[in-house]
Amino acid sequence: MPAVQETIDQVRSIDVDQYKYGFETEVEMEKAPKGLSEDVIRFISAKKGEPEWMLQWRLDAYKRWLTMKEPSWARVSYDKIDYNDIYYYAAPKKNPAPKSLDEVDPEILKTYEKLGIPLREQEILAGIEPERRVAVDAVFDSVSVATTFKEELAKAGVIFMPISEAIREYPDLVKQYLGSVVPVTDNFFATLNSAVFTDGSFVYIPPGVRCPMELSTYFRINEKNTGQFERTLIIADKGSYVSYLEGCTAPKRDENQLHAAVVELIALDDAEIKYSTVQNWYPGDAEGRGGIYNFVTKRGDCRGRNSVITWTQVETGSAITWKYPSCILRGDNSRGEFYSIAVSNGMQQVDSGTKMIHLGKNTTSRIISKGIAAGKSENTYRGLVSAHRKATGARNFTNCDSLLIGNQCGAHTVPYIESKNATAVFEHEATTSKISEDQMFYCQQRGLSEEEATALIVNGFVKDVLQQLPMEFAVEAQKLISISLEGSVG
Amino acid sequence: MLEIKNLVVQIEDKRILNGLNLTVNKGEVAAIMGPNGSGKSTLSYVIAGKEDYEVLDGEILLDGQNLLEMEPDQRAAAGVFLAFQYPLEIPGVASMTFLKAAMNAQRKARGEDELTTPDFIKRVNAAAAQLEINKDMLKRALNVGFSGGEKKRMEILQMALLQPSFCILDETDSGLDIDALRIVSEGVNALRSPDRSFLVITHYQRLLNHIVPDTVHVMHAGRIVKTGGKELALELEANGYADYRESEAA
Ligand SMILES: Nc1ncnc2c1ncn2[C@@H]1O[C@H](COP(=O)(O)OP(=O)(O)OP(=O)(O)O)[C@@H](O)[C@H]1O
Ligand SMILES: [Mg+2]
Repeated sequence: MPAVQETIDQVRSIDVDQYKYGFETEVEMEKAPKGLSEDVIRFISAKKGEPEWMLQWRLDAYKRWLTMKEPSWARVSYDKIDYNDIYYYAAPKKNPAPKSLDEVDPEILKTYEKLGIPLREQEILAGIEPERRVAVDAVFDSVSVATTFKEELAKAGVIFMPISEAIREYPDLVKQYLGSVVPVTDNFFATLNSAVFTDGSFVYIPPGVRCPMELSTYFRINEKNTGQFERTLIIADKGSYVSYLEGCTAPKRDENQLHAAVVELIALDDAEIKYSTVQNWYPGDAEGRGGIYNFVTKRGDCRGRNSVITWTQVETGSAITWKYPSCILRGDNSRGEFYSIAVSNGMQQVDSGTKMIHLGKNTTSRIISKGIAAGKSENTYRGLVSAHRKATGARNFTNCDSLLIGNQCGAHTVPYIESKNATAVFEHEATTSKISEDQMFYCQQRGLSEEEATALIVNGFVKDVLQQLPMEFAVEAQKLISISLEGSVG
Repeated sequence: MLEIKNLVVQIEDKRILNGLNLTVNKGEVAAIMGPNGSGKSTLSYVIAGKEDYEVLDGEILLDGQNLLEMEPDQRAAAGVFLAFQYPLEIPGVASMTFLKAAMNAQRKARGEDELTTPDFIKRVNAAAAQLEINKDMLKRALNVGFSGGEKKRMEILQMALLQPSFCILDETDSGLDIDALRIVSEGVNALRSPDRSFLVITHYQRLLNHIVPDTVHVMHAGRIVKTGGKELALELEANGYADYRESEAA
């Protein structure tokens, strides 16, 4: 059982205080004035050197946002957010747009080293076979500080760059697709993001190209009182394939910080996008002080025939998670998949799930959700599967399992099903199990420690989903899950 | 050798063991019989270290080691094994995976190397064959959906693989059909050895025809009230516990 052993060693090697990415980087930052106004939006747009149409787009979103109300239907509770008490832009003062790694502030490079994110191509090239390489876009607060393997990807025709750069360099592509999956007016947080988004990644895979390496974006919130508003846009043109991974961490702070992201995926005919997330934002302390509010809108559009979009997420961080990566199955025969592990401990609140909207003929979707609740946390799966009138032959399979550790936590399943086509076949399975003290005693009687027993049971519970992750991330994710559950038993 | 002296245990303010004394020598097979609710399972849980019980007085020594100061997993590594009256289900964990994790955890606690996979599989296959447990069952989640008898067999399989020095069998015979009773008893007998002791809790003389005990203890109201040879079990079978109940009333 080497994987379990590794997990346990990892758990043992850390203190009671489990979050190991909670350090802070000292760099001088330039910020927009605190609060939200047209001036602040103009400031952001000017900093990014954006064309006029982009500024207008933002201002329209802002006007719309002012008329909207924060949603309250999720099973989460938090103090009212003061949107004027947040900085909407923070970038390293020294060289906010470095051309190469040599220009990046050494403190920031050190940060990524500490986080284990490879930014130096030569070092990456040294040890790894070509197919194992990962290109990284590193976003630090409001700006991208480095993007690796850009040239090599360009040779394959793949565009991988910060979205702020893409707006300047590929305005036509951006104009055509931005907001085409998540409209500006979609929801309160998406509209806010449309007004103030700062950075994120842009990916375009040309027709027939299989992206030669994994792409990934690593988000880091560092600055105090600063929100992060990432915007990611991925387009897989006809017959192309890409696998993309996103990771995120933040320092420990007593106050809550807002992360309101929008991710849009577009898959054209016969294209496939695999989007994986390992979300490890600071979850707050045991009493529920601090932590990230993770309010994100992620949606994929299977626009073409036979297209495939797969969302895989491992959610362990954040004080509050409000997140429903979804698929619009527009193209005939298209397929959407959602694989999720959501772990909550301490005072964390998770309300997450997916929407599978079947519009085209013979569209299929699959949902596998594993929720693990420990401590005093609340973990809700919320999902919608719907079939449009024209979605003849639509099929969905949903499996939602919850595991409760201890008896002060809660797990909830809220599935919605809507079918307007009589030929649609939707299947739903759900289970809730609990690691009881008696089971724990039984395992211990056989010689397993509490940590070993928990790791064993949890690994068994999540293995179907972990298999969906690229291998190296699966190992990482497994460790992360155990660390998140440290101290949850007894 | 297991020595229990003046053990007093309560749960939620209810006294269950009232100054219990018991010695089981190395290599000895001791049977405990006693009416429902007399505290037999409680005794086995307290030896194994279950948390809920409050030990007010007394001591439990295994080969001189004070068990009451050890965590349940440490006691297991020291050689204590409890075949549960009601084995627990462990969802999502294949029986094979569980067995390997348990064996390696105990080896590690004793400072031994982990088993190699081929060595592990060889051992499991041999033990499973003896207990007539089929391989498909080992691939299923431990005890989940197993029949009562299958669960009991799985307990003995674990005992055979973990090679404990002190084995407690809490009503292992209940729920077993006639053939299974014979197979399980043979499995237990095969493990009898000069440096392994057994505490066999049962309600029925029948089991003791297969696993012949060296001593039989009668437990009543949280105490060992009589000790004898294997013929004591026959006597109980004939007369029941009426004598002991009266002595309590007197
Ligand atoms: N958690 C508990 N709370 C209250 N009373 C308990 C608890 N656990 C056990 N008891 C009581 O302790 C007494 C002894 O129980 P125990 O299970 O040890 O009996 P036993 O001798 O094993 O009986 P049986 O032959 O029926 O298996 C019983 O009266 C039981 O109700
Ligand atoms: Mg009992």
